[in-house]
Amino acid sequence: MRQPDGSSSMLTTRVDAMLRWVRKNSLWPLPFGTACCAIEFMSVVSSHYDLARFGAEVVRFSPRQSDLMIVAGTITDKMAPVVKRIYDQMAEPKYVISMGACACTGGFYRAYHVVQGVDEFIPVDVYVPGCPPTPEALMHGVIKLQEMIQNGETQYDRFKHQELDTTA
Amino acid sequence: MTASSTKSSTQLPDAEALLPADAVISSARAADGHTELTVDRSRLLEVLRTLKERPELDCDLLLDICGVDYPRRDQRFEVVYHIASLARDHRFRVKVPISEDDATVPSAYGIWKAADWFEREAYDLFGITFEGHPNLKRILTHGGFHGHALRKDYDPGQRWLLTEEDSMVPAWATEELTDEDHLESQVLNLGPSHPATHGTLRVVVRLEGETISKAECEIGYLHRCFEKMSETHGWNQVIPYTDRLNYCSSMINGVGYALAVEKMLGVEAPPRAQAVRVILSELSRIMDHAVCLGANLVDLGALTNFWYFFQPREEIYGLLEACAGGRLTVSYARVGGLAHDVPADFEERVRYLLDYIPKFVNDVEKLITTNKIFRDRTEGIGVVSPEDAVAWGWTGPCLRASGVPYDVRKAHPYMGYEQYDFDVPVASTGDTYARYLVRMEEMRQSLRIIRQAIDDLPEGPVITDDHHVALPPKEKVYTEMEALIWHFKLIYEGIHVPKGDAYSFTEGANGELGYYIVSDGSGHPYRLKVRPPCFAIFQAFPHILEGHMVPDAIAILGSLNIIAGELDR
Ligand code: SF4
Repeated sequence: MRQPDGSSSMLTTRVDAMLRWVRKNSLWPLPFGTACCAIEFMSVVSSHYDLARFGAEVVRFSPRQSDLMIVAGTITDKMAPVVKRIYDQMAEPKYVISMGACACTGGFYRAYHVVQGVDEFIPVDVYVPGCPPTPEALMHGVIKLQEMIQNGETQYDRFKHQELDTTA
Repeated sequence: MTASSTKSSTQLPDAEALLPADAVISSARAADGHTELTVDRSRLLEVLRTLKERPELDCDLLLDICGVDYPRRDQRFEVVYHIASLARDHRFRVKVPISEDDATVPSAYGIWKAADWFEREAYDLFGITFEGHPNLKRILTHGGFHGHALRKDYDPGQRWLLTEEDSMVPAWATEELTDEDHLESQVLNLGPSHPATHGTLRVVVRLEGETISKAECEIGYLHRCFEKMSETHGWNQVIPYTDRLNYCSSMINGVGYALAVEKMLGVEAPPRAQAVRVILSELSRIMDHAVCLGANLVDLGALTNFWYFFQPREEIYGLLEACAGGRLTVSYARVGGLAHDVPADFEERVRYLLDYIPKFVNDVEKLITTNKIFRDRTEGIGVVSPEDAVAWGWTGPCLRASGVPYDVRKAHPYMGYEQYDFDVPVASTGDTYARYLVRMEEMRQSLRIIRQAIDDLPEGPVITDDHHVALPPKEKVYTEMEALIWHFKLIYEGIHVPKGDAYSFTEGANGELGYYIVSDGSGHPYRLKVRPPCFAIFQAFPHILEGHMVPDAIAILGSLNIIAGELDR
């Protein structure tokens, strides 16, 4: 790296750490918005709260182009296969934030047609509580996820090792 | 393009004399203003047809069909129709009792097209068969579901899992078209997770080249069992659930529900509560229209407007948060008034908003209203004639865009709307552009109402002092024995709404939002049926689509403002 005084210095790191640093600062979210929480998600990416400040404003509706799924809203049994399929279509590494009480646990819909938490069928990295969570809470969730990516603590990192274990 | 609707008060005709001889088992004037008719199902169609076709009755608008389950009665189910006349001010409630082993009634689809989805819903949730319905299948629950969820003997927690294979493709979509002319035909699936559907809607279309020749909607992806949940919650506990119906304007839903229960209880909220309800409801209406227009414009490529509209919305959220503690889901209304008084700087903040919002509306207006691209894409697209709109059971801005000046706030004023001076915007072309214009103007009219309401905001309490309904103030609970007893009783037993049923309706952001409530005198609703305006509007969507192109479909869908929470409940 070139220093202002003309000399050059070297930065040593591991490829892994470098990659994580890159990944955490360029999250492309896929908003899986189904209900009220999706409206709050809109606020988070809009001008006032502006998620761009954390490098996560490139919202993509195509699973193939995104690496962070934000499940914002109630997931019903009718919707569950769709969520699963979209999650499967995302390229790795991929992360999931479950936004709101409904996505985390079914919320106050303990009922015949509502999934009691998306972690019934997809791995979740960060749970953001609230009904709906405030924009600040969701941003906190995103920052938390960035930390987890940097430290290699996400479900993806865990899952990767598990897979290595089974092949070894 | 603005016209005031006139309220024509006609004498209620003696319904029984006008209906076919001895078709009606009993008829009565209900306390909620409806004429209630009980009819045997063999005579049902005859009665319904007379209601619609006799000029003295002239009931052109079918609002709702629902089932109610009374397991202890001989005739276990009751199918309830709510019907209104737009030109004359009267409303009917028709009830048809049927037994469990023969739960069949003839379909009213031939009389009002609006019956289409409402009948499917009653079939799905109660297992009532509607003979002669063109497409009777489940609508809200999924294909792997067993049983009928709103029957009293269905366990609210009983889930059925759906496997990926159950993809719910309509039969016609898998049909092979071998006809040589149809070489180009293909089936396209939109949603339920698609950016242009703004929620969980799904549309399957058949394309001939680029033109849509057939379409079908699949809904229920957000069916959160609101009606079932409300049967196990106290009257006030239902309010947070109502917030999540149309979550873009949650205040309106809560107020509508509170008014419905108040009507049954015979209590009224104090004047200050009414005025605050009006102000916050109208601000919610502005937000709702702003989301609808913003999203619609995004789909047409005009992203800027979405951001323009977001700024006033954030400001309104700020006010709601100051009043209620929540930004989006406010739960601020209570049966009998409001949860607590507004903050001290309420008036100041509302006045600030009154000055602040018009700028954004004007900016969008300048950018869009005469914009050639926008007009080319929306004028003449998705035209709905006034007759069709009424036949499909449309209400709200979409109906007014087709030229029918029906607005509940004018036709049946509630909450003191009669004292405010405002116009009901009406357009005549019924296309996507007209729906845009009507919503823009409605935002301005809402501002007018707010200005008048804030100018004479009454002082005083914000919740009724009837302690059968509302808790006494906390200081009194700590110091007075009687207040303590009231508090205890109300917390333990809840409100007791007298036995009976009532349909109460208000003007939601999308149209007439009705609550049909059946009470058995206990601490929670026996049956609560919501009449969601979107539901009636969206059922016409596949029919509007025919003959349009795919990009038009997106433009039309955005202009109808379908909110999944309200659609699927
Ligand atoms: S958590 Fe609350 S706000 Fe979010 S989707 Fe569920 S009900 Fe709506």
